[in-house]
Amino acid sequence: MISITINDEQRRFEQPLNCSELLSRLELAGKRIALERNGEIVPRSRFPEQMLMDGDKLEIVVAVGGG
Amino acid sequence: MKPHENLDPLVIAGKSYASRLLVGTGKYKDFAETRAAVEASGAQIITVAIRRTNIGQNPGEPSLLDAIPPSKYTLLPNTAGCYSADDAVRTLRLARELLDGHDLVKLEVLGDPKTLFPNMVETLSAARTLVSEGFKVMVYTSDDPIIARQLEDIGCVAVMPLASLIGSGMGILNPWNLQIIIENAKVPVLVDAGVGTASDAAIAMELGCHGVLMNTAIAAAQNPVLMASAMKKAVEAGREAYLAGRMPKKPYSAAPSSPTAGLITPAGKTT
Repeated sequence: MISITINDEQRRFEQPLNCSELLSRLELAGKRIALERNGEIVPRSRFPEQMLMDGDKLEIVVAVGGG
Repeated sequence: MKPHENLDPLVIAGKSYASRLLVGTGKYKDFAETRAAVEASGAQIITVAIRRTNIGQNPGEPSLLDAIPPSKYTLLPNTAGCYSADDAVRTLRLARELLDGHDLVKLEVLGDPKTLFPNMVETLSAARTLVSEGFKVMVYTSDDPIIARQLEDIGCVAVMPLASLIGSGMGILNPWNLQIIIENAKVPVLVDAGVGTASDAAIAMELGCHGVLMNTAIAAAQNPVLMASAMKKAVEAGREAYLAGRMPKKPYSAAPSSPTAGLITPAGKTT
């Protein structure tokens, strides 16, 4: 069991998983998002290989309306 | 010069834009209205905000980028809502990743949630970091000519002083400061914030601003799409008036527009 904080919300997962798998679980696969892990950008090309660890803090963002 | 020949483009970081009006995408009732207003404005550079995505809610939710596709517009991710240099820098790093390496950004670091006045100490610090990381930074600033020059010296590609506070619609409160900033600058100066209606945009352009960035003035109008069209014309009119060079002002003139000779009753006489 690992626990990951995503956008300030805690989530638990049974198995270790990588960024691509996480995005599928969150129904965000294929969406235009950007992901920061513990303060560092994870490039989209590295989503399949970037494993997530217990205690990771993620930010997942999108573009929204703004001035 | 004919207006629509694009002989007078706005050049930012080496790229030319036919439109000198930049618009935001906030505060619209839906994406359809956003798109219609953006189209009516003729703007090519469109600001967007970067926010946390909703996790597990409405997976089929439409995306702003479907309404305003990056293939058609130059998106300008901004840091509105950030109150520290750190947050602003992180936000724009995420934006660059989100937009496939796109590096033209709007930096804005606020200092106070009540007035939305910018925090220039944090802004200067964020600008240094972002420029060193290769970002092309268009920077929102107070209308202080010294700060504006420092931001330019750091390497910002455009300096964007407020005309009045964000969302206030108070118009151009200090044309004299704006004029000093424009006179000193070697990069484009755009008024960002404070425009309330079309005449404000025209005044900014008549002062010699290279462009105007606005959001609320359009989005909060009773008819946003019509206001977007008005702003397009105001920016064009203001620019042409600036280039044309206005007549001098004087309290009165003894030179009427029509000939003084050949009147059926000579001047000063009555029938």
